[in-house]
Amino acid sequence: MDSSANTGVSQVRLVLLHPDDNVLVVCQSARAGDRLRIDGQRYRLADDIALGHKIARADLKAGDKVIKYGVPIGSVTRPIPKGGHVHVANMKSDYIAGHDRAGGPPLKTDWQI
Amino acid sequence: MNGYLRADGRKGIRNVIVVAYLVECAHHVARLIVQRSDDPDVQLIGFPGCYPNAYALSMMKAVCTHPNVGGVVLLSLGCEGFNREGLGEAVRASGRPVETLVIQEAGGTARTLASGLEAVDRIKRRIAEVPRGAMALDELVVGTICGGSDGTSGISANPAVGRCFDRLVAAGATCIFEETGELIGCEDVMAARAVTAELAEQIRGAVAKAARYYSVLGYGSFAPGNAEGGLTTQEEKSMGAYSKSGASQIHGLIKPGDVPPAGGLYLLDVVPDGEVRFGFPNISDNAEIVELIACGAHMILFTTGRGSVVGSAISPVIKICANPETYRRLADDMDVNAGRIIDGAGDVDGVGAEIYDLVGRVAAGQPSVSEALGHQEFILTYKQFEPIGPACLPTR
Repeated sequence: MDSSANTGVSQVRLVLLHPDDNVLVVCQSARAGDRLRIDGQRYRLADDIALGHKIARADLKAGDKVIKYGVPIGSVTRPIPKGGHVHVANMKSDYIAGHDRAGGPPLKTDWQI
Repeated sequence: MNGYLRADGRKGIRNVIVVAYLVECAHHVARLIVQRSDDPDVQLIGFPGCYPNAYALSMMKAVCTHPNVGGVVLLSLGCEGFNREGLGEAVRASGRPVETLVIQEAGGTARTLASGLEAVDRIKRRIAEVPRGAMALDELVVGTICGGSDGTSGISANPAVGRCFDRLVAAGATCIFEETGELIGCEDVMAARAVTAELAEQIRGAVAKAARYYSVLGYGSFAPGNAEGGLTTQEEKSMGAYSKSGASQIHGLIKPGDVPPAGGLYLLDVVPDGEVRFGFPNISDNAEIVELIACGAHMILFTTGRGSVVGSAISPVIKICANPETYRRLADDMDVNAGRIIDGAGDVDGVGAEIYDLVGRVAAGQPSVSEALGHQEFILTYKQFEPIGPACLPTR
């Protein structure tokens, strides 16, 4: 996604969807180094991040549930620092895997409902 | 709102002629008839398979007798397995004009094209006389779908459609949301909204069926574009999709082709019954749109984050763009910019009200953007379903 229009944003806009959430949603594409404010504390983005992606609202450790909309949307697979990007590299579904453009499904998760 | 009054008692917001091919071998001739007719109200639909399928027949019966359809031309090659007589009879029984052309009997491509154009002209003259009459909101059926979802869908366009649905349901309209496979993870919150405990169990069962089905297939509906757009898991995508349903009670669980018996909010179970056969439940967004239309949807509210451009044959599609960056790129394809919620320039209630107002205008005849651009996608493939049980439609 082209984020050039947002280069040098003074402070990245974030939205908290539910008070119980441990992630925040990024409301504008932003660049590494852009400033964040999470619950009053200042952070800087470690990497470029696109609109709609998630940022950790707290330090998260492997096995923690990721909470968005007030409900679990998956589990953390490797530690994520507060302000870090929460995505496929560090969390997974508790239900079922997605698929990639190479055509093959990634590792399936065991789940039952 | 002024509807087209059909002989079967239903009311439509459009008056289209569908030219339906009954096997891929008749597709080209059907397309030529539609192209030469050069009329946006003469539309191409069809089923490509040669082998018969009860679901495909029931879906074709449902869409060919849809309230927005005035008349039908059926295009058969001649030797395919589709029950063209059964379909023709169902259309006739609904009081709509129908003509069937069999290419092997009519003398090939050019002669069938000429006969088809004459058939379209005859039907056009007949449906020009269809009476118009008052149509109220409680006679309107609206479906919703999301396609090309991203991290913005569930926080802007989808909840805005949910607010619109709440107002429509309160006004007595029939609203349908769908794709149980994209509601995996929402079963508990959804079951809690069912009007009866028995319906709640049916809803849980439908989601469990979807989860099993996708598990056998190896992966769910979660696509690469979803991840690029910031969604990480199926259940995250589900929660965002789920917000399209609003906050009304859920009045029933239906399957493709079931027309809800009264106003209210309905969940459409689109995942096949029985063992896994014929591949993916829905191979693309338009497969789901066709199923919503088969349930009587007069129009479709389509939310998109990544940026879909599709419309549909038969029922207008209203496109609501969730992502402000996508909207800036694809504004010419969008009816509503829900991305302004993300930009901080609007709120969910305001966008919901805009969608609600647009539903009224499109029902009154205003073309949606995809409709004006000529989008008339249609796809129907093989599936199998068992009929719904009595617990799925609690009487009120």
